[in-house]
Amino acid sequence: MPVIEAHGLTRRFGDFTAVDALTFSVEAGEIFGFLGANGAGKTTAIRMLTGLLRPTSGEARVVGFDVYTQAEAIKRHIGYMSQRFSLYEDLTIRENIRFYGGIYGLPRRAIRARTQALLERLALTEAADTQIRALPLGWKQKLAFSVALLHEPRLVFLDEPTGGVDPITRRQFWDLIYEAAARGVTVFVTTHYMDEAEYCDRVSIMVDGRIAALDTPHSLKQRYQVGSMDDVFLKLARPAASP
Amino acid sequence: MHAFLGFVRKEFRHILRDRRTLLILFGMPVAQLVLFGFVIRNEVNDVTLLIADPSQDAMTQALTHRLLASRYVDGVAYQTHLDGIEAAFRQGLAREALLFEPGFAERLQREGLARVQVIADATDPNVANTILAYTTAIIQSYEQDLAATTAVSPGIVPNVRMRFNPELRSVYLFVPGLIALVLMLVCALMTSITITREKEVGTMEVLLVSPLRPVPIIVGKVVPYVVLSFIIVLVILGLARTVFGVPIRGSVGLLLAECLLFILCALALGILISTRTSSQQVATMIALAGLLMPTVLLSGFIFPISSMPAPLQALSHLIPARWFLAILRGIMIKGLGLADLWTETLALAGMTGLFLIASIRSFHDRL
Repeated sequence: MPVIEAHGLTRRFGDFTAVDALTFSVEAGEIFGFLGANGAGKTTAIRMLTGLLRPTSGEARVVGFDVYTQAEAIKRHIGYMSQRFSLYEDLTIRENIRFYGGIYGLPRRAIRARTQALLERLALTEAADTQIRALPLGWKQKLAFSVALLHEPRLVFLDEPTGGVDPITRRQFWDLIYEAAARGVTVFVTTHYMDEAEYCDRVSIMVDGRIAALDTPHSLKQRYQVGSMDDVFLKLARPAASP
Repeated sequence: MHAFLGFVRKEFRHILRDRRTLLILFGMPVAQLVLFGFVIRNEVNDVTLLIADPSQDAMTQALTHRLLASRYVDGVAYQTHLDGIEAAFRQGLAREALLFEPGFAERLQREGLARVQVIADATDPNVANTILAYTTAIIQSYEQDLAATTAVSPGIVPNVRMRFNPELRSVYLFVPGLIALVLMLVCALMTSITITREKEVGTMEVLLVSPLRPVPIIVGKVVPYVVLSFIIVLVILGLARTVFGVPIRGSVGLLLAECLLFILCALALGILISTRTSSQQVATMIALAGLLMPTVLLSGFIFPISSMPAPLQALSHLIPARWFLAILRGIMIKGLGLADLWTETLALAGMTGLFLIASIRSFHDRL
């Protein structure tokens, strides 16, 4: 059964159709790249899929739950990390982990055990009691990603997770994403970096609220007869972006 | 030089295109000038006067007429007995009382000396002083007119009493005002800042995607501030009592309950501000200009409401702190109970309810 299944998913704000009849599905364990220029409707689509915004029409099921009637169940079973920081700067690493474990209703013992495992995996045991603000940006992002997976969701939404980071740190971040996918976590990721689009199993490109293309990066490049995802993106998005 | 002028021009464009800053630059001084100009007045002109006149002779009548003709009196209660004075003060029906002694004119003519007791509500010491100055001036001028027509020089002896605050200590006036101000500051300003901070940093998004419902998120954010501000209230009350000797004549339980009501009101305002703004800077500006200024100027904290012009008096009804101050002063200084303060309490509770509904609706719409 697909982890995300959308059928004609639409959201209008007054006369403006932000998301127009989205139909796609994401399989378990897949790394699904969700691309589009600014204003193409990505954020609105994600808000609907995470249960924050009611669709105007269409259907969608996320981790088996209906977006209209079971938004709360969806929220419990997904992870989320945004482009902006999701950790509290003035709390320590350990306090942040405990807080997120708490809001997802994990029992205290589980939080303690998972904190330990997480710190060891990221080699942060030494720094467990430092405040987030003292950490380098790359560490913060890795930590935020791990915290988003603390309650072991089957699906994680990453909204431009690597904004403002150098290429080496981005590469390391993607190693974490691969590890998670290898454990069976489905990853739904938006990005503006086209080299990252190449790392995805499948990529959809949104233009003006619609999905203009959806396939593996390899097939997309072949179909549009170009050498890179960058060119695929420009070919699709340019007519919409230019006035 | 050319480069410098270009720089100045750029700076002017920043200012002119930022409507909010422009509004503050020009709006604030104008608003303050108007407010301060009208609010700070020393004359008192709406005193309800109670006259107790068991004598009912020509002289007490003449003096009464003079008092009623003066501009500071607005409304009068007249009685021929000396009972019920205390109750009239407690219920706020009288701000000043004149008690003529029985056989006033007779004694004045026979002994050349008659007594009148003047009692003023000294909850606000400044106002009480002003009222007394007016009254004694009128009594003196009557005395002089009398001396001109009769052979003997009569002496009217005013016996002055300050009710509620006999030593006219201004600390009685400002402790309740300070409590209102601090609660507004901590509750409204701090909550609006802390919620907009989560929006600014992006953690609010993560909280909303989590299984936590919006209402628990807000309540959870607000609880620490309720606790904090309650402790602050206790500290101020304790200090006022021990160091400054301000009494708490009414029920402490009622006092704390009313404080809680006001805290709730301020929190609702803070949440309302935070749902309508997305940056800490704007939230701070709105809270300071929109809440603190009116609380200081229009609540009666420093400037008596009764001395303000009618439009500002009407406006002051919309300031929650005005009602809260009346309640605080009533309980602490006058020793009133809920029976005497239910209108104020109802007004405050009504406002709190409205703000809570507005903030919850706004919260659902905006986040």
